[in-house]
Amino acid sequence: MSEAVVDSHAPVQQPAESPVTPESWGKLGMWVFLAGDAMSFGGLLAGYGAMRASSPDWPNPLDALGIELTAFMTFLLIVSSFTMVKALSAAKHSDLPNFRKYLLLTIVGGTVFLGLQAYEWTHLTDIGMTMSDNPWGAPLFGTTFYILTGFHGCHVFGGVVYLTCVLFAGMNGKFLGENSSPVEIVGLYWHFVDLVWILVFTFVYLL
Amino acid sequence: MANAHAAHADHPEPNYLAIMAALTVLTILELMVPPLVSDKLTAGSLLVILAVAKALLVALYFMHLRFERTTLSVIALTPMAICVFLIIMLLPDLTSTTRTYTPAEPTAVSEPADH
Repeated sequence: MSEAVVDSHAPVQQPAESPVTPESWGKLGMWVFLAGDAMSFGGLLAGYGAMRASSPDWPNPLDALGIELTAFMTFLLIVSSFTMVKALSAAKHSDLPNFRKYLLLTIVGGTVFLGLQAYEWTHLTDIGMTMSDNPWGAPLFGTTFYILTGFHGCHVFGGVVYLTCVLFAGMNGKFLGENSSPVEIVGLYWHFVDLVWILVFTFVYLL
Repeated sequence: MANAHAAHADHPEPNYLAIMAALTVLTILELMVPPLVSDKLTAGSLLVILAVAKALLVALYFMHLRFERTTLSVIALTPMAICVFLIIMLLPDLTSTTRTYTPAEPTAVSEPADH
């Protein structure tokens, strides 16, 4: 700290290392953001549960929603989480080609997920399921479905944009070795999106 | 800083392929629950247990929570605790009292008084 005060032309440095995440403050910041984001999803899921429990004519999701496609989407997110940790591992080992390859595969996984969700929504609106109505029962079924999967889809979209930015910024090896923290932070976000989908898939599609 | 970083990054890399395989197997198990288990409560409990197991695998190994300082797990667990509190607060809304509530017939009580 004291040297930084003496040399006013020294590059701006973090004042001290975080006691929780010594690698970077950004990582702590991401965790705090994710804790807040988890509250958003927690609130939505709890509200969904409350509405569902107090609606006697709630449709059976297995009759209304296509499980096969969604199961594949779940698998896709799991695989993209795997490619994400491989990208981070490659970055830590200063393996630029594999870092690029695995990060690109993660982005492709997220993009295909979004495409499949768009396809699913189109199909569901075609058969009459909207925000305010559906052919099977309680209108809130459609409302909660679109709000929950839509809010998650927005996170996937945000994640794809974020991952793409990290890929372009790190294209020339900026995030290799000791500097891989930004890759780890985007990875945390991406795994969180996967984790939330695991819960949404269970509570909205299977239960 | 550099030392702390090196010490921190020291943890052994988990077998990510095995974690992915476990997540896939748990997903397949989840898909088998609704057709095989007819009892709603049993099926629901099984699905929640499987989902929590999957979420834990992602958080502990993919998000490296297992290798981080405990304080970080406290940050991660805080929203879970608050959500449990939220659910407990919502429970009174789901009792039969609210579900069978019907507005009372308008009575003559509120008739304007004669002046």
